[in-house]
Amino acid sequence: MDLLSILRIAIRALSRNKMRSALTMLGIIIGVGAVIAMVGVGQGASKQVQDQISAMGSNMLFVSSGTVNRGGLRLGWGQTKTLVYDDMKAIVQQAPAVKEAAPGSQTTSQVVFGADNWFTNIQGTEPQYFDIRSWPLQEGVSFTESDVNSAADVAVIGATVQQNLFGAEDPVGQTVRISNLPFKVVGVLTAKGQSAAMGQDQDDVIFVPITTLQKKLTGEPWLRYIVVSAVSKDATYAAQEEITSILRDRHRIRSGQDDDFMVRNLADVAQLADQSSRVMTMLLASIAGVSLIVGGIGIMNIMLVSVTERTREIGVRMAIGATEEDVQHQFLIEAVVLSLMGGAAGIFFGIGSSLIISKLLGWAVLVSPLAIVAAVIFSAGVGVFFGFYPARKAARLDPIEALRFE
Amino acid sequence: MATITQSELTNQAELGELSQPVIRVEDVHKYYDLGENRVHALRGASVEIAGGEFVAIMGASGSGKSTFMNLLGCLDKPSSGRYLLEGTDVSQLDKKALAAIRNRKLGFVFQGFNLLARTTALENVELPTLYARLPKEERQQRAKEALELVGLGERMEHFPSQLSGGQQQRVAIARALVNRPSILLADEPTGNLDSRTSVEIMQIFQTLNESGLTIVLVTHEPDIARFAKRTIVFRDGKIRRDEPVKDRPRAAEMLKTMPTVEED
Repeated sequence: MDLLSILRIAIRALSRNKMRSALTMLGIIIGVGAVIAMVGVGQGASKQVQDQISAMGSNMLFVSSGTVNRGGLRLGWGQTKTLVYDDMKAIVQQAPAVKEAAPGSQTTSQVVFGADNWFTNIQGTEPQYFDIRSWPLQEGVSFTESDVNSAADVAVIGATVQQNLFGAEDPVGQTVRISNLPFKVVGVLTAKGQSAAMGQDQDDVIFVPITTLQKKLTGEPWLRYIVVSAVSKDATYAAQEEITSILRDRHRIRSGQDDDFMVRNLADVAQLADQSSRVMTMLLASIAGVSLIVGGIGIMNIMLVSVTERTREIGVRMAIGATEEDVQHQFLIEAVVLSLMGGAAGIFFGIGSSLIISKLLGWAVLVSPLAIVAAVIFSAGVGVFFGFYPARKAARLDPIEALRFE
Repeated sequence: MATITQSELTNQAELGELSQPVIRVEDVHKYYDLGENRVHALRGASVEIAGGEFVAIMGASGSGKSTFMNLLGCLDKPSSGRYLLEGTDVSQLDKKALAAIRNRKLGFVFQGFNLLARTTALENVELPTLYARLPKEERQQRAKEALELVGLGERMEHFPSQLSGGQQQRVAIARALVNRPSILLADEPTGNLDSRTSVEIMQIFQTLNESGLTIVLVTHEPDIARFAKRTIVFRDGKIRRDEPVKDRPRAAEMLKTMPTVEED
């Protein structure tokens, strides 16, 4: 029998029991809808993570001073004193994959403004730092190169510090005391939120010129870290290698010896975060997939009922010349039509609930065409898989018995 | 009432006049194994039916007539013996080939009509042509012709629920004829009908038979068997009697003398 005729017969058979067909379809509708919505939520979250990482500075590399192994005593990262300002200069000049670099050192301190005080992180750096981290100011200006040269007492504060020390007051032009030294606030950074990789508050920070920090606050002439931006996203790995070789050379590390520094590539961090959100997407989708299987079982159940109810019809069809394949195809197509129609409705249900989730919860939800195609294929597969047994059962009926069936 | 003028059937008439019998059953046995018991439904039946015959098969229930009918209808295979349909030994064929024979060479009419509910008369009649994989235009053309043949040209779009029992049985006959079979097999076709409608159905059978169609009819009513040309009586799985019908009534004549029940 041609496919068109089988389809017509299947649709007629299903429309004979509209309520039953609709309820059976509901299982698939919910299943497909849930898969699409869950994959949408997962992919939305994945994109959010990606955006956050690129907001950290997508081409960024982070060079930190390394560990010390002194007579078997190993200290953590950031303990060596070998990373210096000239290393940064060398990286910018000698590594072709590097665009910019900024030095960094840090301390923590109590910061006082008027009657308020706040314990925070003090970072020393140069003005290009904000550029490398693509971190604009929301108010005021950054400290300048001449501030760095003169070790001026100026500060750029993070949004969290602004909130805790100044509240509604305008901080620009005010003076705060860091370790009892007065600093003039010249700018306020925009809020960056929690870091995607570590989850710490990136805005709880005050930036001062590196020279000011080294000379007046810490007294350490070495650097804790260097932030580097590569010329492009693809160049980050090349930059990583160039920096490693430059620093090994400058620090006179012989081959076979461990580095006394560490170069971290944010692309790696991005990859890791991407991987974890992918796992989450898979997890959500497979939970939703379970409901699709439950929907499939519903189809199988109804098809079995239908085969029993229509035993006589099957007998008649066989008597007038239907082969086993004809009967099997008829019931199989019926199951597939049921699940495909459910799948089609499920797509709308899935897109609808994705929109509601993103509206209500403020989550980024990304409905991908791939998920929709997969849902359609999967629901057809469910129809074939769960329709097969009932259809086989119908095809295997003995026509004589079937005709006698009351 | 049915007006039968079917030219195609004359082809089968010519075929039927050939010396070879349409149906040839040779010493057929059929038994079923039910647990430890073996039930013998047929214990060696042999019969030849020539083209253009009209045979009534009679017998009490359990006599083996239904089993015999199922074998003739290629719904079942004999346990031993041979069944030649138009010279082909069908007892050796596989299920798919048997389905094709049921579809093209045999037409079935059942006691309970067995029409598909909520499906128009035309679509019911069209069904066998679907399995014969005929092109759409030919399917509809044939179905219309078959319905006109049984006098239901006016009710093609009616559903079975909108038709009387006699009309439903006529739709079933049209369905049996649509693929132009050589044999019409009818299993108690009048069992669910009143006496006048039964005679009407027999009139259709007689007219079809006159135009050359071979008909085999199972019935337990002697009044119905009389309309056939030959009766075969089964008892205990064997053929006990096989004789021509004497004083065969003409259904068309008889209808004139019967009181008319209100036609719907």
